[in-house]
Amino acid sequence: MSYKAQVHVSLKKSVLDPQGKTVLHALGTLGFKEARDIRVGKYFEVALEAADEKKAEESLRKICERVLINPVIEEYSFTLTKSA
Amino acid sequence: MHELPRQELTKGEGLKAVIVVFPGSNCDTDCFHVLRDVLKIPVEFVWHKQGKLPQCDLVVLPGGFSYGDYLRTGAIARFSPVMQDVKRHAEAGRLVLGICNGFQILLEAGLLPGAMLRNRSLSFICKPVWLRVENNQTPFTRKFQSGAILQIPIAHGEGNYFCDNDTLKGLEDSQSIVFRYSAQTGELGDEFNPNGSLGHIAGITNAKRNILGMMPHPERASESLLALTDGRALWESLV
Repeated sequence: MSYKAQVHVSLKKSVLDPQGKTVLHALGTLGFKEARDIRVGKYFEVALEAADEKKAEESLRKICERVLINPVIEEYSFTLTKSA
Repeated sequence: MHELPRQELTKGEGLKAVIVVFPGSNCDTDCFHVLRDVLKIPVEFVWHKQGKLPQCDLVVLPGGFSYGDYLRTGAIARFSPVMQDVKRHAEAGRLVLGICNGFQILLEAGLLPGAMLRNRSLSFICKPVWLRVENNQTPFTRKFQSGAILQIPIAHGEGNYFCDNDTLKGLEDSQSIVFRYSAQTGELGDEFNPNGSLGHIAGITNAKRNILGMMPHPERASESLLALTDGRALWESLV
């Protein structure tokens, strides 16, 4: 089966995000006073083959934890859909 | 005081060094030049695809932009075939020195604790900075005076060292923080920290003291032709 995953990676809440802080500051300067916080992250689209959804999820977790994120500073979430 | 691992490993013969070259390494030849021409240490390059390291005492992971810094700095280089043998070399207690991108690779490979974030300013910073030697009881720093202040260049966009509080406490308790960014007087403070690193950390070792990761470039400060010479004692410590 073919699956498509959308993976979001972000810095852990406890980690200061210099990029997010800078973007937030820029928004304030531009008059977007309603913006309260910004965290900059990464987005991956992964196409993968797996026997079933459970297996797809298992390999995706491995891919995320071994390669896509650095667990010291980052966390991730994903959505998985069967592709045609 | 810790045992200095090199002494039991070289068996009276001179130090032999290897420099690992990744696609995108760009300080490899600087390190080679300093080791061979300035310090007269036998040295050879090893391409990252090589499965086995030659017999050596010191492995240098040089600065640069391995794999274009894609994904995260050092994140792809740690899977290079040669890294398995670098890990075995390190586990055997032999010396590993990671400079700049080499430090980032050591962190990603789990050979040293922590991770790198973007510099606080978000800018790539290339300039000489002041460092304070926090521990001169390591194989890499024994030729420095305790508390010596060094001027050595940095050149990085991601040198903002981060780790959790327990890890930081562990590093401090085990005196594994070897270099901190400081003022020329040795004073510590945010205004003397170029990248925002936690605890003003510029370089750390493991508890066994055979692995050193540092953001500043000692190979750019090892001969009078380049004006700065404070890095030279690091190489001399190894001989």
